[in-house]
Amino acid sequence: MAKRSAPEVNAGSMADIAFLLLIFFLVTTTIETDSGLNRKLPPIDPPDDTEVIIKEKNIFQLNVNKNDALFLKTGGEEKIIQIKDLRAAAVAFLDNGGGTGPDACKRCQGRKNPRSSDNFDKAIISLQNDRATKYKTYIAVQNEIIAAYNELRNREFERSFPNLGMNFVEADKRYSDPRTPSEEKANLKDKLEEIKILIPQKFSEAEPKKSN
Amino acid sequence: MSKFKKKKGGEMPAVNTASLPDIVFMLLFFFMVATVMRQNTLMIENKLPQADQVEKLDKKDLVMYIYAGKPSSNYKSTFGTEARIQLNDKFAEVEEIPAFIAAERASKREELIPFLTTALKVDSEANMGLVTDIKQELRKVNALKINYTTRKGNALDGLKN
Repeated sequence: MAKRSAPEVNAGSMADIAFLLLIFFLVTTTIETDSGLNRKLPPIDPPDDTEVIIKEKNIFQLNVNKNDALFLKTGGEEKIIQIKDLRAAAVAFLDNGGGTGPDACKRCQGRKNPRSSDNFDKAIISLQNDRATKYKTYIAVQNEIIAAYNELRNREFERSFPNLGMNFVEADKRYSDPRTPSEEKANLKDKLEEIKILIPQKFSEAEPKKSN
Repeated sequence: MSKFKKKKGGEMPAVNTASLPDIVFMLLFFFMVATVMRQNTLMIENKLPQADQVEKLDKKDLVMYIYAGKPSSNYKSTFGTEARIQLNDKFAEVEEIPAFIAAERASKREELIPFLTTALKVDSEANMGLVTDIKQELRKVNALKINYTTRKGNALDGLKN
């Protein structure tokens, strides 16, 4: 009997089918944006009577109105500020180091203005916005304030641990990277904590005003 | 008949396309692996603001998404042009957020609940009033870890447009 071989399947259209699938996945792919500004909300506390007294000089009071203009009250002066100057102003405020005696700030390199903040731990940034403020302005303000904190934390991290060869933000990124070996993580954790305690993010948001 | 036939002159040889499917398959597999299917169909405009001091959200399964923005053009007639909240696949009121958070929490393992983060994907043109209301509701149900999802870019450039 003659040997009959199976007829070969024509694979010429395989490329077309693959192209079809390829185009489908190309169209449906979305590069997900999963990064952003991490914040922590204050818990709703039962109202207690303990009043905290904060000196006015330790507050960097920032107000965003409904036209997205910024009003700043700090260090005994009140002024309208442009958002591009905000980062430098916040750094100057946090880094001021005007405290004396037990409040003295050893690591601050600012102007030591007695009417501005005492030290990193005492300095509070307060933000109030209007209900009609645009979200993008709010994010820009948040971003600039986080940038100011990061700038100082970077500086102090590099001063404390100069042989590590990275700054605070890089170290933090490395710490949260799941691929970093665990002994390096444990090592980084203490150092990051130390800087976080040295320069705490004391950021308060007031309830927004209603405008009409 | 000579052993060395003269080649036919002039005509170009056809390019061999036998490996074309392989190349296409390679691309296909790349996109199949890289694709993340959208979980929610967006019914709102969602142009995220820009920021550069961003941190990555690593564990995707520990994130709850709250969207907010103006209804997109096909929903404008029914839902108006005022910015609204979207939870899962439908528009929602601010009061529905606690129930949404409770449902999300119930679907996760108990020991993971403290690590849950709420990602706020809010359109850059939205008003802070809406965002504040969302934040108030989140505080009420003790979902305090939040993330303002942003695009990467210079925050000040984002303000101009």
